[in-house]
This record gives sequence, structure tokens and C-alpha cells, in this order.
Amino acid sequence: MLEIRNLHARIAEDGTEIIRGLNLTVKNGEVAAIMGPNGSGKSTLSYILTGRSDYEVTEGDILYDGQSILGMDTAERAAAGLFLAFQYPVEIPGVATMQFLKVAMNEQRKARGEDELTTPDFIRRVKAAAANLQIDMAMLKRPLNVGFSGGEKKRAEILQMSLLEPKLCVLDETDSGLDIDALKIVADGVNALRSPDRSFIVITHYQRLLEYIVPDSVHVLYKGQVIKSGDRQLALELESDGYANVIKDAA
Amino acid sequence: MNMQSKKPITAAEQLLVDSFVHNLGNLPGDGAVLTIRDSYVEDIKQRGLPTRRVEAWHYTDLRNLLKTVPSIGKSADIEPAERLIAGANVISVVDGHAANIAATGGVTATAYREDLSDGSAAARMALRNSDDLVGRINGAFVTDGVKLQVEDDLILGNPLEIQVLHGGGQAHTRFPVMIGKGVKGLFVERHISCCEEDALVSSITDLDVGDGADIVWVINQEQGLSDTHLGQINIKLGADAKLLLFVANAGGKLVRQEIHIVASGEGSELTLRGVNLLGGESHTDVTMTLEHIVPNCVSGQIFRNVVLDRAKGVFQGQIKVAQIAQKTDAKMACNTLLLSDFCDFSAKPELEIFADDVQCGHGATVTDIDKNQLFYLKARGIGEKRARSLLVKAFIVEVVEELDNEVLIEALEKQFDTWLNNHG
Repeated sequence: MLEIRNLHARIAEDGTEIIRGLNLTVKNGEVAAIMGPNGSGKSTLSYILTGRSDYEVTEGDILYDGQSILGMDTAERAAAGLFLAFQYPVEIPGVATMQFLKVAMNEQRKARGEDELTTPDFIRRVKAAAANLQIDMAMLKRPLNVGFSGGEKKRAEILQMSLLEPKLCVLDETDSGLDIDALKIVADGVNALRSPDRSFIVITHYQRLLEYIVPDSVHVLYKGQVIKSGDRQLALELESDGYANVIKDAA
Repeated sequence: MNMQSKKPITAAEQLLVDSFVHNLGNLPGDGAVLTIRDSYVEDIKQRGLPTRRVEAWHYTDLRNLLKTVPSIGKSADIEPAERLIAGANVISVVDGHAANIAATGGVTATAYREDLSDGSAAARMALRNSDDLVGRINGAFVTDGVKLQVEDDLILGNPLEIQVLHGGGQAHTRFPVMIGKGVKGLFVERHISCCEEDALVSSITDLDVGDGADIVWVINQEQGLSDTHLGQINIKLGADAKLLLFVANAGGKLVRQEIHIVASGEGSELTLRGVNLLGGESHTDVTMTLEHIVPNCVSGQIFRNVVLDRAKGVFQGQIKVAQIAQKTDAKMACNTLLLSDFCDFSAKPELEIFADDVQCGHGATVTDIDKNQLFYLKARGIGEKRARSLLVKAFIVEVVEELDNEVLIEALEKQFDTWLNNHG
């Protein structure tokens, strides 16, 4: 599904190198957790995967289904099946959530050469997905993310994910700002989407999220590199011992 | 105005004076009206058009901007435009002459030229102040218009749409509107170009809103790409009157739209919303003055400007609160989206407050499209062009939606969409 090879990337504006030789492979159907201390490059990695122009790749490659995506822009990557659930979903006054969902779904379908959804078909899909995430339809009539609570914003992200049916989902600290009930709803939403041909990269600070979304692999990111990979057990060790030992071993 | 040495007359000034001389015989008016007309033309001859030295015209140097003036020309055969709102009753004025003033129940419409001919218009023609160029040009050249009287307590079932149409050349009109007490209704004033010929248009509306009336008044300026439009609306708000004034500019080459409001009755409520879509090499100036002269009035204003290409925009907003006007609550905002490196926008808010127990505020912002919003939309598979257009529309839709009338909102959004698509 995804293969990141010796990736180096920097901030376009000032040239600060953030990702320094990162290697990571995520197989079809795999849920890979990425953990790491603050400033290790976790969120930057999510932006680079989605092609944000504030960052430049200087070396290495990102292969998605065997093809390099470095030449594709953000919208093309999304249409190809890459989805980023934002840590801080952006508020857009003046764009109703329903209108946004419809445009996004249809733009992706058009890019893939598929027919646009009819309005009844669209509404049916949204209603079904919203019910699963306990989202009130009234919320979707409001401007996108405007005035949504922290929990509503994260649920709206997962709603978009389930409607857009991506192949590779990147969840950037989806647990931040969630209480335990909201966390369960969001995790159930993610788990419902797990399938043999859909992969996840779950970026998080806390092992707690991984109790609900159980990962197949755990990778520790530090100074722009994966310094240790393991299974679920690794997350538990980090929870009890912190990052110091892992960092010392890698040095 | 300052004493200054006389400047040589410009080509446009000379053309204005000439067109007055050539058309003198066609301008209606009794002795008093004609004397006023003469004096205004003499003013233009002596003082010239205003320059940036005149405070009220500082950002719109008309003497330099107005390069030429088309001749008055013959009336063209012009059909009314399609209604903005289906079902509206239409009153039309074509090339400066009342064409269709069929009145509906409770609304009396008469041709303004009757007031000019019998001299009763003379008092109305007084200038607002010595820098009132719109009043001066309109006063000198006005040929006709429509006087509307809406009887007390009338509830208009259908909107009333006033179409001010022209087919090039000059057109100068005036619309005195007296809204009775307790009237409820929607009025749309449209300024429409029907051809590609250059035009110089001036139009003044005097809107008196009676006590307790609840009115929506829309000014929709849809002039042609080479037209000069000088508009003015003078509003008096009665006690407990509610007015939602919506002003849209989406046309014209050189535009000055003046909005002058006096909240003269206690307890009135004014909501002013504006959308200015500026493209090409146009220059558009919206100048607003609002006077609170009695206590307990509320006013709120929001203008949203989208500026493209090499267009220039100006917003001057002045709120005056008299000492007696305690408990006034006045807010003014001017938000601008600058979408090219070559366009510009000037905003000049002014507050003059003599009362000590009021809430007054203003804010002006100038921005480009928000990069985070753009990235978010793109990350959902929406391409750059579509994402940008969604965000520009969102910026203006926010104020349009406050109109609270689905049919009107849809009509205006459609018009703005068309404009944005043509200028994308």
C-alpha cells in the first residue's frame, strides 16, 4: 500500500529539515501506529503525505500502490484514495457541511471518471454514515466545523472518511481533545472501516487510543526517522517507560 | 471647499457643460428648477470636478478618473429586464424617462418630471453640502424618475422592483419614495445596462421610512463594463422603523455609490449589508454616512468586497452620534478579499461620538484566501480552482444569507455566481 523510502523533507520557507531519512512500509489492511515525542515530525509526516506545499521533499520517495505520489498535488492524492483526518479540522464559515460533503464526494468521483451521485443517493449515504457516528443531521446543515465542539469536529472527520471511502487513512492525533465517550465513538467509526484493502496510519501521543484502535505495528519517530518498530507491545512499553530508553538504544 | 486658483477645464468637464447647453430645451422644470440647474452647471464650470484635495472624494479623484462624457443621445427601444424575483411588480425607467409606472394597490406612482415641471421638486434638489457632486450633476441633468407613495399599514404581497435601464449615453433619474407608517415590504432598485455603449448615469433615491415600517430595500448595480455610475440614496428612518438595506455592486467602470442615512426616530433599527464585486480596471467607491440624532437606535453594517484584476475599491464609512443619541448601538465592518497582486482597496472608517453611553465599533480587514481553508478543501479532493471559488462564494454568501428571503437570496447568489464565473 505505502512505502516511504529514505525520505528527507524540509520546511519550504526557511529550509529547516524535519524528516531525515525516514523509512516506513504499511501493508494492505495494516494499521500502523506512529508515536514519538513532541517535535519528532509526526504531524509533518502527515502533511507531506498529503502534499502540503509548505514542505519540500529533498530526497527519497513515497510510493503508494507502487507509484510515486511526489508529483501529484493534494487534491489528486485525495482522489487517489489518500485521506488525512486533521488534528485541528479547519472552520469554513459560509460553506454548509452538506454542501461541502457533496462537492468533495462528487469531485473525487469525477477525478476517477465515475458518475456524480444523485441527490437522493447522496442524502441516503450521509444519513447512514451520520447515524453510525451519532451525528445529528442538524449539525450538517451548519457551516463546516464552525461552532462544532472538539468531539463534533473529530466525528465530522470520521464521517468524511467513511463517505469518501479512502484506501489509506492518516489519523493525526485524532484522540486529542476527546473525552472518553467521544473517543469510543470515533474509534468504533474507524474500526468499522477496517478492511483487508484499507490501511491506516494512526499518529498519537498516547497508548490509550491504541486500546480502542488496535494496531498491527507500532513505530517510534524521533528526529525525523523511525528509530524503532515493533508490535502492540512496544506501545505499552513506551507508556510505562517513556521514550528515553528507545532513544538511547537508537543512538 | 478651499479657495484655490482655477484649474483649466478638463475635456470631461467641458463635455458636461456642453451637453447641458445642447439639451437645455429638453430638461423639464419651472423657473426655480431651471435656476437651480443653471447654478449647478456654473459650479461645475467654475470649480471643476472634485479632486483628491476634497476630503469626501480623496480616494476617488473624479477629475482624473472621468476621462470623457457621452452625449445624451436618443432613447433606445429597450424591453424591461427579466425580473430578479419572480412575481415582483415592475416599474421601469428607460434612458431617464419613466416608461412603466403602473401602480399596484396602496402604492401611488407618478412621474418625477411632473414635480420638476411644477417646481415642487426644487426643495428636494438642494445639495447635501458643497462637495455633493452627485447631487450637483443629478440636479443639473435630471429628466425624470418615479415618485412612490406607499400608504400606511400596507403589507406588500409581492416585491416591487424598480428597473432603471439605459441603452448608453446619459441618464439622470430621481426616485422620491415615501413609505407610510407600519408598511411591510421588499423593494428592489436595479441599475441595468442594456447595451455596450458607454454611459454616464446618475440616480438619486430619497427614501423616507415611516414609523414602525419594516422594509427591505435592495440596490443592485449591474452596469456595463464601460459605464460611469453615480448613485446616491438618502434615507430617513422613522421611530421604531426597521430597514434592511442591501447594496450590491457588480458592474460599472467608475462607480460612486453614496448611502446617507439619518436615524431620526427613536427605536429604529438599521441593518446594512453590502457586496462589492470588483474586476477589470474598474474603480468603485462606496461612501456611507450615518447620523444617529435620537436615542435608542441600533445599526449594524457589514460590507464584503471581492477584488480581482486591476480593480480599485474604496469604502468610506462615517458614523456620527449626537450628544442626545444615548444608548446608540452602532457597528460597522468592512472585509475585503484581495485576489490579485495588482488590485487595491482603501477603507476609511470614521466615528464621531458626542454621547457618553453608546456602543460604537468598526473593523476593517483585508486578506487573501485563507491557506489553511484551501488546503483542507484540497485534502478532500476538491481541486484548486473549485476550492478557491467555493471560498470566495462563502465569503459573500455569509452576508447574503442574512436577507432571510429564500427567493431573493437565490436570485442574488445566482447573479454573483455568474459574475464570479465570468471573472474567474
